[in-house]
Amino acid sequence: MSEEMSPRSLFDKLWDAHVVVAETRETPAVLYIDLHLVHEVTSPQAFSVLAERDLLVRRPDLTIATLDHSTPTSPPKPNGELAYATPQAKRQVDRLIKNCAHHKVRLLGLGDPRRGIVHVIGPELGLTQPGKTIVCGDSHTSTHGAFGALAFGIGTTEVGHVLATQCVLQRKPKSMRVTFDGALPAGVTAKDMALYMIAEVGASGGQGYAMEFAGEAVRALSMEGRMTLCNMSIEAGARFGMIAPDETTVDYLQNREQAPQGAAWERAVRRWQSLPSDDGAMFDREIDIDASNIRPMITYGVSPDAAAAVDASAPQAQSDADRLALDYMEIKPGRPFSATQVDRVFIGSCTNSRLSDLREAADIMRGRKVNDKVVALVVPGSVAIKRAAEAEGLDKVFIDAGAQWREPGCSMCIAMNGDQGAPGELVVSTSNRNFVGRQGKGVRTVLASPATAAASAIEGRIADPRNYHVNKMEQADVA
Amino acid sequence: MSLEPIEKLTSRTIVLRQENIDTDQIIPARFLTTTTRKGLGKSVFFDWRYNSEGRLRNDSPLDGFNPAEYRILVAGSNFGCGSSREHAPWALADFGFRAIISSDIADIFKSNALKNGLLPLEVDDKTHRRLLAAPGEEISVDLVSQTVRFGEEGWQTVFRVDPFARRCMLDGVDPLGHLMNQLAVIEKYEEERRGL
Ligand code: SF4
Repeated sequence: MSEEMSPRSLFDKLWDAHVVVAETRETPAVLYIDLHLVHEVTSPQAFSVLAERDLLVRRPDLTIATLDHSTPTSPPKPNGELAYATPQAKRQVDRLIKNCAHHKVRLLGLGDPRRGIVHVIGPELGLTQPGKTIVCGDSHTSTHGAFGALAFGIGTTEVGHVLATQCVLQRKPKSMRVTFDGALPAGVTAKDMALYMIAEVGASGGQGYAMEFAGEAVRALSMEGRMTLCNMSIEAGARFGMIAPDETTVDYLQNREQAPQGAAWERAVRRWQSLPSDDGAMFDREIDIDASNIRPMITYGVSPDAAAAVDASAPQAQSDADRLALDYMEIKPGRPFSATQVDRVFIGSCTNSRLSDLREAADIMRGRKVNDKVVALVVPGSVAIKRAAEAEGLDKVFIDAGAQWREPGCSMCIAMNGDQGAPGELVVSTSNRNFVGRQGKGVRTVLASPATAAASAIEGRIADPRNYHVNKMEQADVA
Repeated sequence: MSLEPIEKLTSRTIVLRQENIDTDQIIPARFLTTTTRKGLGKSVFFDWRYNSEGRLRNDSPLDGFNPAEYRILVAGSNFGCGSSREHAPWALADFGFRAIISSDIADIFKSNALKNGLLPLEVDDKTHRRLLAAPGEEISVDLVSQTVRFGEEGWQTVFRVDPFARRCMLDGVDPLGHLMNQLAVIEKYEEERRGL
């Protein structure tokens, strides 16, 4: 079979279409970038490099910036000022505003109704599309792969490369397909799939690979669910996570602000239909997961692969590292996770701050009260999500339950805007990293889905959301 | 922050045995509000090295010695996982490290380190275990022959490094300059795609 005839994977097709200069043993490929997302934290030093070399952003039309990481989520002070955590945080925000003005880069700045977490707004605006290469100085850029895009995180030096040339130097990684056969049981979500997959592959198992997620349970996911799954591929070590575009993808994008319109839309959809992996495409590694085995998941250690079913008991330590992790988490081997007390709950982040995530949490909190020992924070991923949630009354559900309803941003996912836990506190969080101190010095993080986080907020201990779903179904029956 | 090209490096090691040392440990997020690349060395592994009052504890393996003699960090597997922050290699390099050795190093960290004169060296498991067991050992790294040598027994092993990154470090090739040299080809690519 000739080279052109051999079946190609989604990843091969995306890669091949963007190679400007082919890779050799001596040099990496020059890869063209269709969309460059920029935020305040990883860009200042890249813009400085441009200034040092007297360069301008080469394609401001393919670059878009937002403010998310260090922006406050509390409402502005009466005088209109924002409550920045530190003067440096404000300086960093001001720097991006200045850099964008100088380089004529579109900025979804403070007060812009389209502002939000960088990985939330790309899809929301319809900028994230199948077939595109998308980069950002942020490891969760893989989120955009949910649309059948080649999306990956880069470092600040590379951010400078893209600003200056619209290209990056890359070697083609190996490919891995993770197939979720069967259907997810009721009450089990994309976040649980992600945590299950990471536990299966290991925190570094995906190192050097581009992951494609496939199978019946993946096809059944909404775009929001697909984003959650692709978002966390980096937690298994893989910089790229992707899902082939299909009707769900097309439906999501239709009529979005930045999606193609009219005849261009028809052409785009036809192009997208040619992207899924060909039958017989080869992968360097294949992993099969039976989705019907997945239960709601939580993490119990300090690496995202230390994940288990919420209704299980803490495992025995297998190594010194495990022992240290369990000690830090104050989780005793053999005890059911449900015995673990919760101090704080965070619902938000680019993993789980979309409207469907908020609905999932609100369904559990509706008509109930957050346990009085728990502080619960709900932080929508964007201004648009905040408004949509308010339009359907979700803000009231959370506030009535005793949770805080905040302004959009990264918030407690990275805890650099002042939102954080206190030393020793246990936080059930819908974000993506349970590293030591990620949510504040000495804070213990348990990763979970919005449903599990909401149930845990109500009970004040790690809780199984399926109990609430059963109630809901019974109530429906009675009605 | 281009450091001098490294060809050969002989130094003692500091050992951090933990696996999965993520970039949040290397430089906690609250130090990321900086707008320059300089001066992050004092904050490297901050929460491991300072007490709650912000005073140096001096009981971490990273303190209490002359940094000029300890320029190689040996760490447990999956070093540098997590966030893509380039502040991590900036901080390590600013602290004085010139090389990191592990059995596997996370992709984005590796790529970031290579751009900042910090050599990420992946060695075989046996060598890795041997190095983890001998903190303070003097070892020699040779980027030309891609070898690490140490110990009385004359242990020698080859490490993997991307040939392009190696050339950037040895010959001072500038990756951005390399890309800028391709601008004509990049324009042609854009031209062709417009026609699609
Ligand atoms: S929400 Fe968290 S993971 Fe996502 S972009 Fe913000 S800091 Fe990064």
